[in-house]
Formats: sequence, structure tokens, C-alpha cells
Amino acid sequence: MTTILFYLFSALLLGAALFVVLNRNPIYSVVGLVFAFMNLAAMYFLLEAYFIGVLQVLVYAGAIMVLFLFVVMLLNVQPDRPHPGLIHPDRWWFGIMALIFVSLFLLLIGQGVRALLTSPAEDAAGMGSVADVGEALFTSFLLPFEIASLLLTVALIGTVFLAKKKV
Amino acid sequence: MDTFDLLATIIKVVIVFVTILVTIIILGLAERRVSGFMQYRLGPNRVGPWGLLQTVADGIKFLFKEDIIPDNVNRPIYLLAPVITMIPAFMTFAVIPFGVPLEIAGHTVKLQVADINIGLLYILALTSVGVYGLVLAGWSAGSKYPLLGGLRSSAQLISYELAMGLAIVGVIMVSGGLTFNEIITHQQATSWNFWKQPLAALVFLVAMFAETNRLPFDLTEAEQELVGGYHTEYSSFKFLMFYMSEYANVITASGFMVCLFFGGWDMPFIDEKALGHWGVVLSVLAFVSKVGFFLFLYIWVRWTFPRFRYDQLMRLGWKVLLPLGLVNIFAVGLWMALRA
Amino acid sequence: MATVLRTYEPRFWDRFYIPALLQGLFITLGRIFKRKDTIQYPESKHVPPEGYRGLHRLNRHEDGRIKCVACEMCATACPAQCISIESSPAPWEEGEERYPVKFEIDLLRCIYCGFCEIACPKDAIDLTEIYDFSDYTRDSLVIDEDGLLKVGDITQTGNVYQRHNRGEKVELPLAR
Ligand code: SF4
Ligand code: SF4
Repeated sequence: MTTILFYLFSALLLGAALFVVLNRNPIYSVVGLVFAFMNLAAMYFLLEAYFIGVLQVLVYAGAIMVLFLFVVMLLNVQPDRPHPGLIHPDRWWFGIMALIFVSLFLLLIGQGVRALLTSPAEDAAGMGSVADVGEALFTSFLLPFEIASLLLTVALIGTVFLAKKKV
Repeated sequence: MDTFDLLATIIKVVIVFVTILVTIIILGLAERRVSGFMQYRLGPNRVGPWGLLQTVADGIKFLFKEDIIPDNVNRPIYLLAPVITMIPAFMTFAVIPFGVPLEIAGHTVKLQVADINIGLLYILALTSVGVYGLVLAGWSAGSKYPLLGGLRSSAQLISYELAMGLAIVGVIMVSGGLTFNEIITHQQATSWNFWKQPLAALVFLVAMFAETNRLPFDLTEAEQELVGGYHTEYSSFKFLMFYMSEYANVITASGFMVCLFFGGWDMPFIDEKALGHWGVVLSVLAFVSKVGFFLFLYIWVRWTFPRFRYDQLMRLGWKVLLPLGLVNIFAVGLWMALRA
Repeated sequence: MATVLRTYEPRFWDRFYIPALLQGLFITLGRIFKRKDTIQYPESKHVPPEGYRGLHRLNRHEDGRIKCVACEMCATACPAQCISIESSPAPWEEGEERYPVKFEIDLLRCIYCGFCEIACPKDAIDLTEIYDFSDYTRDSLVIDEDGLLKVGDITQTGNVYQRHNRGEKVELPLAR
């Protein structure tokens, strides 16, 4: 049962992700991305990491993507026309970016495969509980956590500053 | 999960779903009759005894109306939006317990569709998904008033969700759990959270009105400025879906409020669990009457207060409710630290 | 006279708005239990005040002859020109020499100004209190002499709506 669901959600997730990238209408892409996040949350649920799953929906699908939608709607971006010269000697940096992307991707897959081979998932249950996440956040990952919050504060102040100047 | 549990769950789902539908019907009528009474009128009282079938008649009318899809709409999203609004609206009630567990033939049946260990976050997550319905409905309609309504709704819901979350944090801190059962049992053991954290209850109440887009915060469908807001271009059954989800949200929000601050199914001074089956009946009655009060409050407030202006709404959300929520968390934390 | 400028000085508690909000809530709550102004229409009907200008009627003498002498004063005075009269020598020996064989009022064109009532030298035409008449076609809303006389007969014995509200059965003309 779980396996079937896993493959179902993975297929939906990949489909939604492809839809996001391949679609030319930005609003459709946003909706696709929300759907992808939903499927990701479903995968977390399958792993019994309910807390992380719900946070995925609450934070990413619920709050951040609404802002995306907001911006896309306000800018009213028209569906993109295909660029005539996507592959062009002048666009050499496209190639470099693609290279970086592919190597990162391969690296990730390699990591995943190695993790699968070496350590079977032992303490998956209870890993995503509220207490676990909280404890990890405030002990082992305290520094990254604080840095992230500092970064957000800086971004917030910057936004306010930029917005104020215009008014 | 054996057959009994499966069967019990299915029955519970059906009961809850039907109850919500019936409550929506009653609410639709109550809204119009209570508003009539408040304005020295009688309200609709012709269809059926006391007008009880009025909402049913309205529903039939909606079904038989012509379903108009304007030329300018973005079809896929236009069709999707009511569904996106309606599904979370009907799903959220699943985690709200409406009575003490029932003992049948050696089995314990929880009077709650799904007891998941993060019930509170589940509701918050689903309501935040419900926003998409409004925003997309506004955008896809391809006309300016729905678009404005949709934008307003997204800004409003994001702002007030924050205040709502902060109000909830105080409750979670004292009861030490994210499930409704923990919160209610804790309130039963001590006293209702309303007495302990009136500030949080107030913040939550205001945020609740804003989250369900009801007056005085129905900026998304302010008729005078926005025609009908996000659902201006919808007709017939699709409009009915928005209408029903609004009321379903109102019902869930009332249940949420009751569970968080008014002891859920707890009847004061009575130990429901010791009374056997009668205790179950009592607890369900207590829950229903409390929720009924809040449903009435929704209608009552709607026909009493005028609508906020948009900037006032934002100021209230960010400059009043948010700090109040933080103050509440701080106070609760201090109190807990001093007691520990 | 000096103008007194009144400024609103909120007291400390007013700044929380809660007392004012509660006060407002209780005003509307109290209204729920007060008497309602609704008139439940077909069962009980609004009684228009004295002098209301509704449906027309034609009056009769005591012996049943029509009062109207077909002088067409009313038709002349009518600003909407909705009265049409055909005059003819009266069939009776005593009394007036002429009477209308046809007396029609187009109720859809009439503006209910009451000029016809004022213009009539014979007190033959009146505007009554009847306001609820309706029909499906334009033709049927042109009321003829018989109809106008019937309205006269109905309205002689007091206000029709008061009688209706008392439970009396009143057969109203053109009521659908
Ligand atoms: S009420 Fe006025 S408009 Fe109507 S018939 Fe009499 S004079 Fe004409
Ligand atoms: S109703 Fe009066 S004014 Fe009109 S024609 Fe008859 S008598 Fe003359």
C-alpha cells in the first residue's frame, strides 16, 4: 500500500514539477508548484513525518506561494514567447550553468544512492515530530537557524527601506 | 485498523459531512431571519414551517440557474477555483472533536473523524490552502473587481493568519500538545483557556472573523466597491460552492474557537467520562450549543458592525493584533517560567 | 450666535473600543425581541391614508343610475389623456339627458393625479384607496364602465383594506 502510494505521489510530484518548468503561463506554473508541494507533503506523511509535511503545506504552499501568486498577478506577466536564439555562441554562460546544474544533480543522486546502500532507514518513525524538529533546530542547527533569521531580518529592513524611499 | 474501526470512521465521516451540510442550510436561513429581526422585519418565513425550506429552495434555484462563463475568463483556473475553495473548507472539520469517546461493544470510538497528532497545524495549513481558491477565482475572472477582491483576500488572510497563529501558540504552551484532545483535556482538568488567556481569545476571535471573510472584515467582497468581489463573475452552482465554503469555514472556525478557548465538549462541573453513554450525549450537546453560540455571534456581529476600510484592516492586523499576540505569548511564557 | 465646536474626547476605556462594540451588539440583540413592522401581505394589507389616490370608480345615484353625464370635463382635464368617453342620449325619462355608453380608463397610462376627480361637475368620478391590482396584458388593464361601476359598489361601504384586515372577504377588482 505505502509503496503504491509512494510511486503515485512521486509520479504526481515529478509531473507537477515538469509542468512548472515547461509551462509558459506563469500563473499555471505557480499552481503547478503548489500542487507539487502538496505531493511533497504527502510524501512526508508517508514517512510519518507529519509535522514536516504540514509545515510544508503551511509555509510553502500556504504562505510563500501565495506571495508568488500575488506578485505574478500584480505584474500580470504575459505568457512567454519562445526566444529565437536560445542556443547561440554569445550565450556561452547558458552552457556553464547547465553544466553546474547537471553536476549538482548527479551529486545529489549519488548521495541519495549511497545513503540508501549504506544505512537503511532505521529511526524514521518519530523523526519528524514537533519535539524532534524543535530540539534539532535549537541545538545542533542553532547557528544556521540564527543566521537564517538574521538574513530574513536584514531582507525585511531592506524592503522597508526601499519601499519607504518611493512613497 | 480492523473492520470495526473502518466502519466507524466511514460512519463518522458521513455524519460529520451531513451535519455540516444541514448546518449550512440552517445558517443560511438563520442569517436572513436574524438580520430581519434586527431590522424590525420578519425575514423569509413562507417556504415551509418558519421558512425552514427557504435555503433548500435557494439551492434548487442555484442549480437551475443558467451557468454563465464569461468570454474573458481563463477557463481551467476559473473552473478549478471553486473546487479549491470548497475542498479545504469541508476537510478542516475532520480534526475537531465533538464529544468524549464512545464505548461500543468493547471498542472505543473517538468522536472525531481523524485524531492526528498535529491537529491544530492541520487546520491552519488547510485554511491557508483555501486562499488559493479566492485568489485564483479573482484572477481568472478576467475583470478588475474580482482581481481586486482576490488580491485583498490574499493580503488579508496572510496578515491575519499570523495573528491567529500567535494566539494559538499561547494555548499550545499551556497545554503542551498540538492535538485537540490534549488541549481539551487540559482545559477540563484546570479551567477554560478563555479565563486564563482572554487576550489570546480576543485576538483569535478577531482573526477568526478576518480569516472567514465575514463582516466586519469582508473586504474581499465589499459590494459597494467591488460589486461582488472575487465571485462577481460566478453564477449558478459555482457561486453556490463559494457560498457553501464560506459557511463551512464559519462552522469550522467556530468549532476551532470552542476547542481552543471554551473547553470543546467540556460541560463545566460535570465529569463526562464518568457518566457512560449519557456523558457522551451531554458532551456532544455541550459542543453543539457552544458552536451554535459562535455561529450566532457571527451573524450577530455581521448585522451590527460596519465594514473596515482596507488600511484600517491592515493596521489592526499588523499594529494591534500582532503585538497583542506577542504580548500574550510573552506573558504566558513568563507565567510558566515563574511557576516552574 | 457663536458656533459651539464639539470635539470627541475618548476616555481611557473608549480607546479599546470594546465597550462601544459591546454596546452596539446589545442594541441589535435587543431589537430581535421587539415588535416587527412587517405586514404579511396577502393575509393582511397596508391601509393607505385618507386621500390616497388609487384605482378609479364611477358613482351612482340612489336609484342606481350612473351619475356621469358624459360631459368629458374629466377627459379634458386628464394630463395623461387616458380617459375615453362616448356620449349618448340617456334611456331614462327623468333626470340627466345624456350618459356615457362607453367610459374607459387606461390604467397603465394614468398617472393617478386625481385631476379627473376635481374636474367632474357631477361628483361622478373618484379615486379610491385600492392599490393592488395587476394583470398580465395591457388590454385587460383598460378598465371599462362596468368595471368602474363595480369598483364604486365595492368601495361604498368603507375602506376595503380595513375590511380585509378585519377578516371580511372583499372581492377586489383586477386582483391576481
Ligand atoms: S387620475 Fe389624472 S391621469 Fe388618471 S385619469 Fe384622472 S386625470 Fe387622468
Ligand atoms: S365623470 Fe364627471 S367629468 Fe367625466 S364625463 Fe362624467 S360627469 Fe363629466
